Parts: sequence; structure tokens; C-alpha cells
Amino acid sequence: MSESIFLDIKVPNETGYLRLLGKIGEYLAQSLESYPGDREELAYHINLVLTEAMANAIRHTVDSKPGETLHVTLHVKNRKLTIKVYDQGRGFTFCDLPEPPPSCLAEHGRGIFIIKTLMDRVSYRKYDNGHVLEMEKILY
Amino acid sequence: MLTTIESRNAITLIQIQEERLDAHNSSDLKGQMLTLFEEGKNNMIVDLQGVRFVDSSGLGALVSGFKNASARNGNLKLCGLQPQVESMFELTRLHRVFEIFPDLAQALNSFQE
Repeated sequence: MSESIFLDIKVPNETGYLRLLGKIGEYLAQSLESYPGDREELAYHINLVLTEAMANAIRHTVDSKPGETLHVTLHVKNRKLTIKVYDQGRGFTFCDLPEPPPSCLAEHGRGIFIIKTLMDRVSYRKYDNGHVLEMEKILY
Repeated sequence: MLTTIESRNAITLIQIQEERLDAHNSSDLKGQMLTLFEEGKNNMIVDLQGVRFVDSSGLGALVSGFKNASARNGNLKLCGLQPQVESMFELTRLHRVFEIFPDLAQALNSFQE
């Protein structure tokens, strides 16, 4: 895989832009011609993790600073996709979030579970005045 | 959110006319279902035939509907799941919670049994 792609995106922190960001991720995955796996499945998963991460960032940003933009980068290099979603909010407790049990009837709390399940490495840390959720997917 | 709501033999059918059920529109669905519950319509089928993408917020709205129906001695069943949507239910293990049918006819029949 020789592709090297870097996308730097800023969108308003509104849920109306979830579709746009998700679609960008989907198109990016579909364009990875040398990816040996199922590109359509990868595209769906990237759409999903971007949607979950952006919705999560909005949830934790709007409370603090309404009207802010959301900053997202997608980087394909050395057979790896790295997605970073920056928020400027108070953040959330990342490591303590449990996986939902098999018959869980909770209405919230599945977003990070989905991200952790679909991506190969996920971290959440402080960055400048906010936090960054970093997600990696190995592309082979 | 664009939905079609109709009644079939005391069963309320909600057909979602959106390609995505996500954090942008899931609270609309939740609100629409709540209104139906308040009207005493406690047996419901949500037809997801037209939905290609669902996120955790969309799943949460459906779980909310399921819990409300159950609390009122009713039931909320699902039908018409696209493969990618079905995979989300399996990933989150919610396929063990909901009764899921391939199509509307089978979902309707299940209420008669």
C-alpha cells in the first residue's frame, strides 16, 4: 500500500455535519485501492467511528463553548489510518467506560465501545485547551 | 425526522424514511415514539428497511422505545434490517434484546401468535 493521504477538516460542532464527516471517511476508505480487505465494510466502519467520535466531541464541547468548530484529521500512511478528533470541552472518563453486557438496556454508552471494537488502537488525552481522541486502524 | 406512522390491527407501524439514524435525528424518533406511547399505542413495529446507517444514538432511541413498550405491557419489534445495520445489533449484542424479523409481514404475524 503506497497511499499517503492527509485530510485536515474543520466543521461546526453541530450534529447536522455528522453525515458530511462520515461520508468523507467513507469516501476515503473506498479510495484505498490497495487495501486487501473488504473496502465497503471498512468504509462503513470509518463512517461509524467518525460519527461516534464527532457526536461524542459535540456532547462534551457544546456544554462548555457553543459555537466552536470541531477539528478532525485523517491520515493514511505506512498502511495505517490515523484519525484524530479534537474537542475543546471538559472531556470524559475514557478508561472507566465498560463494555455493555449482552442484554444491556442502557440508552447511552455504546459509542466508545463501538470505536474500541472497530479500531486497532484508541487513546484519549489532554491536548492544548481540550482533548484529542486518537484512533488507529491497520490497513492490511 | 421523516417517518410514516400507520396502524395495522392495533399494531403501530413506524417506517423510517431516513438513510441515517444517528445523533442528529435519533431524539426525534424517541420523541415520536413517546407521543405514541402516551396515546396508549404500546405495540409497535419499527421498519428499518430504508435505513442504511445506524449509530449508538440510534440504537439508544430504539432501546428507549423497547423499554417504554415493555413497561406498558406492550412490545416493540424490528423488521427490515439492512446487513450493515444488522451487524450493529450483533456488535452491541442488542439482537438478543429485540425481536427482529426479515420483513413487515412476519413482524405483524408475530403479534397474532
